[in-house]
Amino acid sequence: MYELLLQTLLNATYAASHIALVAVGLVLIFGVMGVINFAHGELYMLGAYAVVAVHVGAQQSFLMAVAAGLIFVALMGLLMERALFRPLRDNPLSGLVASIGLLLVLQALAAIFFGVRMEHIPPVTREVLRFSEGVSLPLQRLFVILAALFLLVGLYLFLKHTRFGWALRASAEDREAARLQGISVTRIAQMAMLIGAGLAGIAGALTAPLVRVYPYMGHSVIVTAFIVIIVGGVGSLEGAVLAAIVYAFVHTFVTTFLDGVIADIVGLLMMLLVLVIRPTGLFGARERA
Amino acid sequence: MPESATAALFSVRRWLPWAALVALLVALPFFLTYSQKEILVFTTINVILVVGYRHLTLTGEWSLGHVVMMGCGAYASALAAKYASVPVPLAILFGGAAAAAVGWLLSWPLLRMKGFYFLIGSFAAGEVIRLLWKRFRDPFGGAKGIKRIPGLEEVQFGPLRIDFFDPVAYYFFALTVAAACIWLLWRMEHSPLGALYHAVHWGDDLARSVGVPARKLRRRAMVTASFFAGTAGALLAHYVGTVNPTRFNVEEMVYVLTWAIVGGVTTLYGPILGVVSLTLVNEIMLRGLGLDQWRPLFYGVVLILSVLFLPRGLESLVLQARAHLAQLLARHQGER
Repeated sequence: MYELLLQTLLNATYAASHIALVAVGLVLIFGVMGVINFAHGELYMLGAYAVVAVHVGAQQSFLMAVAAGLIFVALMGLLMERALFRPLRDNPLSGLVASIGLLLVLQALAAIFFGVRMEHIPPVTREVLRFSEGVSLPLQRLFVILAALFLLVGLYLFLKHTRFGWALRASAEDREAARLQGISVTRIAQMAMLIGAGLAGIAGALTAPLVRVYPYMGHSVIVTAFIVIIVGGVGSLEGAVLAAIVYAFVHTFVTTFLDGVIADIVGLLMMLLVLVIRPTGLFGARERA
Repeated sequence: MPESATAALFSVRRWLPWAALVALLVALPFFLTYSQKEILVFTTINVILVVGYRHLTLTGEWSLGHVVMMGCGAYASALAAKYASVPVPLAILFGGAAAAAVGWLLSWPLLRMKGFYFLIGSFAAGEVIRLLWKRFRDPFGGAKGIKRIPGLEEVQFGPLRIDFFDPVAYYFFALTVAAACIWLLWRMEHSPLGALYHAVHWGDDLARSVGVPARKLRRRAMVTASFFAGTAGALLAHYVGTVNPTRFNVEEMVYVLTWAIVGGVTTLYGPILGVVSLTLVNEIMLRGLGLDQWRPLFYGVVLILSVLFLPRGLESLVLQARAHLAQLLARHQGER
């Protein structure tokens, strides 16, 4: 029993790490541009397919594939900013609808280029850290946890200690005031999309050997990310990270002790409960539009 | 010309387009192939679905749970007809009522939010319901859903026997229901209730300050929209004979959203225009070219392009054309 608890704890830590990467990107994009990016799960999917193409297809190293996924998806984010969100800046709901359209397009393109069957990606390492009888952590999962930690701390330092980070936070706080201070809102929006999409892409690439890669994998990712950002409070990055941890623990424990579908239902009910009791989320203070 | 004759003439002018439309809709199935007739049935059902959807948007809210409401109607009606042997027309009404009841329940948490939050909340609530269908094999049949749902019973009018397995017969049935739904929704919109919805949409705080119960009205719109979605779902269930959770997933919801946005939602005919035109393009272009699996790609591209380049929908083209025509007529009369 004790081992099972420890093992579930490790599993939850892994889940929290990659969920946090996706959710933080989504919150960043929302904070700066005021648009909920519905295609965020598909950006994650693209990251995973980058590994399929570069690592499995072109036989390059896994690290190379992750870098390719990061760059490709980040550029995809830039393209989205230019083609969809910038022209629709005055109407955030239209931006959201356009991103729903993009979701279908990206899914269909992935299905056309790679087929709908699941891709199998051999893990880079099969090594497993054994802590004791029944408590172990595959090295591949440890990579994801460490990378997420590294990226999130890096993002935090970037936002708090660089001029660009200040500008970004300023325009998330009040776009007009930021513009009056001479901050280029367009540049900031580009930066937010680049980082937000890049985080989703690298999360997809890193976890590709550990999950089932197929064109519709983004669906469960976006559902999870929505739960996390609502529970955490939509405007808050710290809230998203904390909520990712809370959600991952609840979900992993319910999956282990009951079953997966019940865990999904519990997660969604958690979100609805937060919306009823505290619509600003557990950690957010922003007023609901 | 005596005055009464003028009035008669005017009323003929008023009724003629409607009569022509009815004649067209009645004659239409006799010029189609079997599979086209089936598509006609589905399109009619989708018209009910999308005009119901538009009813909710009257109050300014955009839901992503509408197709799941349709599913609630489909499941409820299928279960009632299959296990409780309820006659199918009654089961369809029950389906609508069940969807309305679910909509009412969900409105309590969901309508605490507006805009984005409502959108995401309705999406999440819909997913919960879909997961429940998947999880509880008894009575929902799990991922495979419910099969062998009874169809509409045969009707005998003297020598005339109507078999509703025939798509033409079912089309006329669905068309009648659709006409009734559209008429009801039109009446609601053009009653004082419609004006209140308008007030809630465009001046929420102002409306509330003069005592308009905004949330209550939103709830009413959501329940009404759910009822029509459920009716559409029940009609679908008794035609195809099976329901399953996949039929009511996000992809289907995006289709509904696309119809509403491509058509436009300020008029009642806007969404209908959206469904009909996109179905036509989809069937003629994609199926004709054998590219049916490209349907999601097509809808995605259409959705993006219409948000970017035709933000007020096809209906705005109709309105422009009409204004243009009126101007021409006025000029013409001025010259005389």
